[in-house]
Amino acid sequence: MTFIRKTLASSIAIATTAAMATAAQAEISDGAVRIGYLADMSGTYRDLAGPGGLEALRMAIEDFGGSVNGAPIEVFSADDRNSADVGANTVREWYDTRNVDMVAGLVASSVTIAATKVIEENGGLGIVSGSAASSITNEHCTPNHIHWVYDTYPLANGTAKAIVDQGGNSWFMLTADYAFGHALEGDVSRVVQESGGEVVGGVRHPFPTDDFSSYILQAQGSGAEIIGLANAGADTVNAINTASQFGVVEAGQQLAGLLVFLNDVYAMGLDTTQGLLLTTGWYWNMDDESREWAERYYERVGSMPTMVQAGIYSSTMHYLEAVQATGSDDAQTVREHMMRQPIHDFFARNGRIREDGRMVHDMYLARVKSPDASTHEWDLYEILTSIPAEEAYRPLSESQCKLVQN
Amino acid sequence: MTMIFGVPLAVFMGQLLLGLINGAFYALLSLGLAVIFGLLKIVNFAHGAMYMLGAFATLLGMRYLGINYWAALFLAPLAVGLFGMVIERVLLRRIGHLDHLYGLLLTFGLALIFEGSLVNFFGVSGARYPTPELLQGGYQTGFMFLPKYRAWVLLAAVVVCFATWYMIERTRLGAYLRAGTENPALMQAFGVNVPLLVTLTYGFGVALAAFAGVLAAPLYPVSPTMGSNLLIVVFAVVVIGGMGSILGAIVTGLAMGLIEGLTKVYYPEAANTVIFLVMILVLLLRPAGLFGKEA
Repeated sequence: MTFIRKTLASSIAIATTAAMATAAQAEISDGAVRIGYLADMSGTYRDLAGPGGLEALRMAIEDFGGSVNGAPIEVFSADDRNSADVGANTVREWYDTRNVDMVAGLVASSVTIAATKVIEENGGLGIVSGSAASSITNEHCTPNHIHWVYDTYPLANGTAKAIVDQGGNSWFMLTADYAFGHALEGDVSRVVQESGGEVVGGVRHPFPTDDFSSYILQAQGSGAEIIGLANAGADTVNAINTASQFGVVEAGQQLAGLLVFLNDVYAMGLDTTQGLLLTTGWYWNMDDESREWAERYYERVGSMPTMVQAGIYSSTMHYLEAVQATGSDDAQTVREHMMRQPIHDFFARNGRIREDGRMVHDMYLARVKSPDASTHEWDLYEILTSIPAEEAYRPLSESQCKLVQN
Repeated sequence: MTMIFGVPLAVFMGQLLLGLINGAFYALLSLGLAVIFGLLKIVNFAHGAMYMLGAFATLLGMRYLGINYWAALFLAPLAVGLFGMVIERVLLRRIGHLDHLYGLLLTFGLALIFEGSLVNFFGVSGARYPTPELLQGGYQTGFMFLPKYRAWVLLAAVVVCFATWYMIERTRLGAYLRAGTENPALMQAFGVNVPLLVTLTYGFGVALAAFAGVLAAPLYPVSPTMGSNLLIVVFAVVVIGGMGSILGAIVTGLAMGLIEGLTKVYYPEAANTVIFLVMILVLLLRPAGLFGKEA
């Protein structure tokens, strides 16, 4: 009994001290802003977000000054191993034991959909930077998360439309068999049909897959002009490499990488990827502001940032500014403030957060440079056109999100 | 066009051939595992990592030492084999008298360390290794375009597999090996250096994995996680063939490649799981594996 009484007494003492500290710092809960970074830190999607994204998050916090209105900013991270269960359980644990205020990162779409449900149950806030599925702010939207960098809708709108316009009319889809692949396949098929093309066949491969030879052979057999790769990360790299071994391009078919990241192009090299059209939310070498930030990142990490890593910095800054302005880390207060503020920084142009949680901003259609045109090892893209924010993303009139009144 | 269950004959044949080539990798890797388990009773979870190290040795050898592919075919397995022998001498030997589980845990831990350290330096996107000039291009076979390199992989793997089988089952050295594991004390009494034999066997087993790694380097991106993705499948192959059965590992490896290849045509969603379904069936009906002896 004595033990229990003592523990009880000391808990009350601690709680009182904590409460006094909180009172001094307006409404920031328990005296600190806690950010949990959840991403694939070791698997297929490591290089596009992973430890580099965590470093970008830390840069944002350092540039912000390390504290908000006197309350320190704490960061912790976990590897979701691309497993929805692991991701959801980690986030649940963060709410139960660590009072997390904002969940950042969020890469594989399947993990994100599971994790945002937990965030919603706990009335928290999540900022999704890595995921692609457009369903995250459509049928899976919640009032508790924001989707920052890109999604499958502009990817399809940008790349697929450009290719059909160039005369690539018949498509064979090679799709990663999970939420993201299905979303991208759906969006691309719609754009191809609307632009006057046709999807003649497809195959869904397990995620992740090393050996694409069998699927490439099926794609060759289909006779389609374009092989659309509705996958990402190492899967896309493997598929493109296998296609080059089987002489796909020499035989007259063309590949369309629908989600290609900077690190993928870097890994495959310009010999394999030159001429590839892709849609991106940001490119490190697109202007002075981007270059300036990217070079600071390069100093710390040793590689140039992907759009996801840049987006993590941008979204964290926007979040911290909202916490500072409102003096609160309450999810809805912060989210509402974030939605009122337009976003214009080194990452986002003409950016704003819509009621479905989608951050819309200008997107870019880019082409991978040829080895001759590239001046150094990270000089990889040429930006062809920009796609205005309001055209790039799914219009709210087509939204199935429960937060949108249609 | 002739159709087989709704699939054109040409596509069907192509898939069979590709399945066989993948099967050649399974065979090479499961052979190494079977040799190590059969003779040393070690469940070598570091096998995938050794395969990965073989591929990395090839890549880094070319980048920093200018070693070409053909030299790497010998040098990379040699280097990884020597490394394996050090591991056997320094670590595995000390737990030889304990339950198998300890060997499994130790080798699994080693695999995580090798993988984790390389991820730290190289990331997971993987690097490309160019196809050797002699093997670039391919043959138009009538039903598919067969890259020369894949044909070479099939040939090399099958030759190495059967040479290994012959050495263990048909030569005097192989007889020593088998006898040494059956009754080490008696062999020692005959004047055979059994501990040396064990070290050499482990080295040879992991060298086979490294050889598969060299073969894989121009096919798949060389990345630290390339081994762990494959290892579980290879273990399933070994279980299906019968733990420790040399011939079983080779035949099952090729057969599972074929089955997987066919699944990719008829029901691609199950391509990653079909081998495990076969494993469950085999465990239910013939727990010792297709080629295993009942204990």
